[in-house]
Amino acid sequence: MFKIVEKRKLNDSVTLMSVDAPFVAKKAQAGQFIIFRIDEQGERIPLTIADYDREKGTVTIIFQIVGKSTIELSEMNVGDCILDFVGPLGNPTEFGDAKKAIVIGGGVGCAIAYPSAKAMFKAGIHVDMIAGFRSKDIVILEDEMKAASNNLYITTDDGTYGEKGFVTEVLKRLLEKDNTYDLIIAIGPVPMMKFVSLASKPFGVKTLVSLNPIMIDGTGMCGGCRVTVGGKLKFACVDGPDFDGHEVDFDELMRRNSFYKEREANDKNHVCRLGEKFNG
Amino acid sequence: MANMSLEKIMMPEQDPNVRNKNFEEVSLGYTPEMAIEEATRCLNCKHKPCVAGCPVNIKIPEFISLVVQGDFEGAYKKITEDSSLPAVCGRVCPQESQCEGVCVRGIKGEPVAIGRLERFVADYHMNSEHEKPQKPQSNGKKVAVIGAGPSGLTCAGDLAKLGYEVTIFEAFHTAGGVLVYGIPEFRLPKKIVHKEIDGLKDLGVTIMTNMVIGKVLSVDEIISMGYEAVFIGSGAGLPQFLGIPGESSVGVYSANEFLTRINLMKAYLEGYNTPINKSKSIAVVGGGNVAMDAARCAKRLGAEHVYIVYRRSMEEMPARKEEVHHAMEEGIEFKLLCNPEKIVADEKGFVTGLECVKMELGEPDASGRRRPIAVEGSEFVLDVDSVIMALGTSPNPLIRSTTEGIEANKRGCLIVDENMKTTKDAVYAGGDAVTGAATVILAMGAGKIAANSIHEYLQNK
Ligand SMILES: Cc1cc2nc3c(=O)[nH]c(=O)nc-3n(C[C@H](O)[C@H](O)[C@H](O)COP(=O)(O)OP(=O)(O)OC[C@H]3O[C@@H](n4cnc5c(N)ncnc54)[C@H](O)[C@@H]3O)c2cc1C
Ligand SMILES: Cc1cc2nc3c(=O)[nH]c(=O)nc-3n(C[C@H](O)[C@H](O)[C@H](O)COP(=O)(O)OP(=O)(O)OC[C@H]3O[C@@H](n4cnc5c(N)ncnc54)[C@H](O)[C@@H]3O)c2cc1C
Ligand code: SF4
Ligand code: SF4
Ligand code: FES
Repeated sequence: MFKIVEKRKLNDSVTLMSVDAPFVAKKAQAGQFIIFRIDEQGERIPLTIADYDREKGTVTIIFQIVGKSTIELSEMNVGDCILDFVGPLGNPTEFGDAKKAIVIGGGVGCAIAYPSAKAMFKAGIHVDMIAGFRSKDIVILEDEMKAASNNLYITTDDGTYGEKGFVTEVLKRLLEKDNTYDLIIAIGPVPMMKFVSLASKPFGVKTLVSLNPIMIDGTGMCGGCRVTVGGKLKFACVDGPDFDGHEVDFDELMRRNSFYKEREANDKNHVCRLGEKFNG
Repeated sequence: MANMSLEKIMMPEQDPNVRNKNFEEVSLGYTPEMAIEEATRCLNCKHKPCVAGCPVNIKIPEFISLVVQGDFEGAYKKITEDSSLPAVCGRVCPQESQCEGVCVRGIKGEPVAIGRLERFVADYHMNSEHEKPQKPQSNGKKVAVIGAGPSGLTCAGDLAKLGYEVTIFEAFHTAGGVLVYGIPEFRLPKKIVHKEIDGLKDLGVTIMTNMVIGKVLSVDEIISMGYEAVFIGSGAGLPQFLGIPGESSVGVYSANEFLTRINLMKAYLEGYNTPINKSKSIAVVGGGNVAMDAARCAKRLGAEHVYIVYRRSMEEMPARKEEVHHAMEEGIEFKLLCNPEKIVADEKGFVTGLECVKMELGEPDASGRRRPIAVEGSEFVLDVDSVIMALGTSPNPLIRSTTEGIEANKRGCLIVDENMKTTKDAVYAGGDAVTGAATVILAMGAGKIAANSIHEYLQNK
């Protein structure tokens, strides 16, 4: 059993939690993920390790409420226990010998991109961060991202905060102004990662994306997480989750991620109605 | 006087058209009367070919004699001198190619139903009251076991009985290995596996789930934590794909994924959250136990057509005979001598068909089986909405790639000597991690040998 020791709502649909998991905390590195299962009936759900405290033995996750399991998790409180919490899985993000990087987060992807920005910034790498949100009311982690970068650019789709528009526009502007960047890390919805990769390709800057296919075991045993990268079959849980964005078949990933949509949408309605009851 | 009936006593089974809609056990087991009657078919042969046919040399005529006398507990004790998972092996061993395959009674008529008797005896023991085993006096030495499949569980149990303090590190949230994530409930009720595991806990074995060794801890770190020896029983869980066009389409699974969703995550039960899509028509590629299990699960989930697509003929099929027979009774359709060439999908990427080519058998290949050759121009498309690849598995590279000094062969199988010792000091291995995908009884046997070797090593250390 893994005890929740901290819980903070970052916005209406994004929650931060720290969980007592000393073995995971001891080994965790930026870019890796965990898989949790709330209870005996639960699914195995992957979430990126947003932060960790080796001394306290805690691991922080930041998640967006999208369906049944994330709703259930968001309803748990400090002191409650999660049945299973396994990790650290996947490979840490490889910064190589980058000297100047752009880190891009989209929505809750900012939470996943943030630890990489922080790790690089701490290692003395110049980090420009671009964080994109739909609207002002869902902006998360602004102070944290600011503290982990040389420059932070925030965009909103509707222009209610920061710059109006998409992250790709800021990216193009930065690259056009000064093409001395040697690494781009983009994490967010699959379409965002696809368009960032398309935008950066002409500039020839290495672009890492963190893929989020459907997973079960996270150890290379089910093949459910397979993605096509550079024409080759890869298992995102053990070969990734980071891959070269210029090589990833994003359209295939989007198709495969839609597999359980119908059934999960039904479940979700079910849960949401329950939620209404609870929340008044 | 022995019972000279040429046939085994039938084991009661659920009706095929009932059972193919539920996940309850197919075979219902012998009653004591049936068991005694079947047991009297054994001739108590002096040269005991059956014992040599069993990979762990269970004292078959001896235990069967005890069954004849109605001493079922005695029979259980006799079996457990050599096997630690009789309720499992009695159900899933490929008996026709092991103990029963060489039984003298099989020369004329059917062999003695050794597997069914073993199962009966083990179930009898499980269902009767008996004292919990006493936790043995600790000898103060710690041993680590990686993986809670049959090999790891057996090794852990044998070492615990010798007084070692054993910790099993298991990657999944539940112990049991393939017995819980692969083999379905209707063939091996999970209750049985959980009871075996509870038995180990009574012996003092600690099981730490959610521990992916190679990630959360390395083998060297385990050793530095004070474990004086390590047994690796991590199995052969890495799925293979064919590499044919369309394999990334939506609706193509590895058998591991399909079976894990169903067996481990219980997607077939109301109230469990893991999703599984219901297919109308599904093709399972392969001819082993894994393929049969996947096909029979798909049928139970309500598919109208379930095809087994296998490129050789019935004769070469590696699955247990009984499972093939059960699958046919349940309405699984066999497309033999067919080789998949391409998965056809619609514009959204969802599977709509499996294109196959017909095969004929040519000359025997290296494995002695006749090599299938494609018949030119015989392509056809099987109308399916899902495809399951049950093509065999190989050992996961995670442990060997994170452990200095452990060697593996070309196929990724860990190299061990006759004592199950790897190329690294104090580290032993066995089961599918060493042999590649094999059988429960072989994995169990390897766990036993390793436990003995570890005991020897630590006594002399
Ligand atoms: C390696 C990895 C790291 C991740 N890290 C984070 C993170 O840090 N924070 C975060 O909020 N989310 C993260 N995700 C995504 C997260 O796992 C999914 O949002 C979660 O599985 C949804 O579960 P649910 O039961 O709440 O929703 P469900 O009811 O299962 O699904 C709701 C919708 O999401 C889709 N979906 C299901 N699983 C996934 C998936 N794995 N990826 C994308 N869409 C999916 C479904 O098709 C459906 O449309 C990560 C995914 C991966 C693979
Ligand atoms: C669907 C299916 C049907 C089968 N049917 C039959 C049958 O009818 N009869 C028969 O005799 N055999 C059958 N087999 C084969 C048999 O189940 C295996 O040969 C046997 O289970 C091997 O045992 P094992 O202990 O070596 O490995 P496994 O049972 O594979 O157990 C290995 C365990 O190690 C864990 N593990 C792996 N990596 C790590 C790690 N890095 N850290 C921690 N833990 C780890 C795994 O999660 C797993 O629990 C079947 C197999 C399958 C898949
Ligand atoms: S363990 Fe398997 S091979 Fe040995 S006697 Fe039992 S059923 Fe036969
Ligand atoms: S070979 Fe058959 S008949 Fe002979 S002892 Fe073994 S089980 Fe009995
Ligand atoms: S999640 Fe199963 S292989 Fe990656």
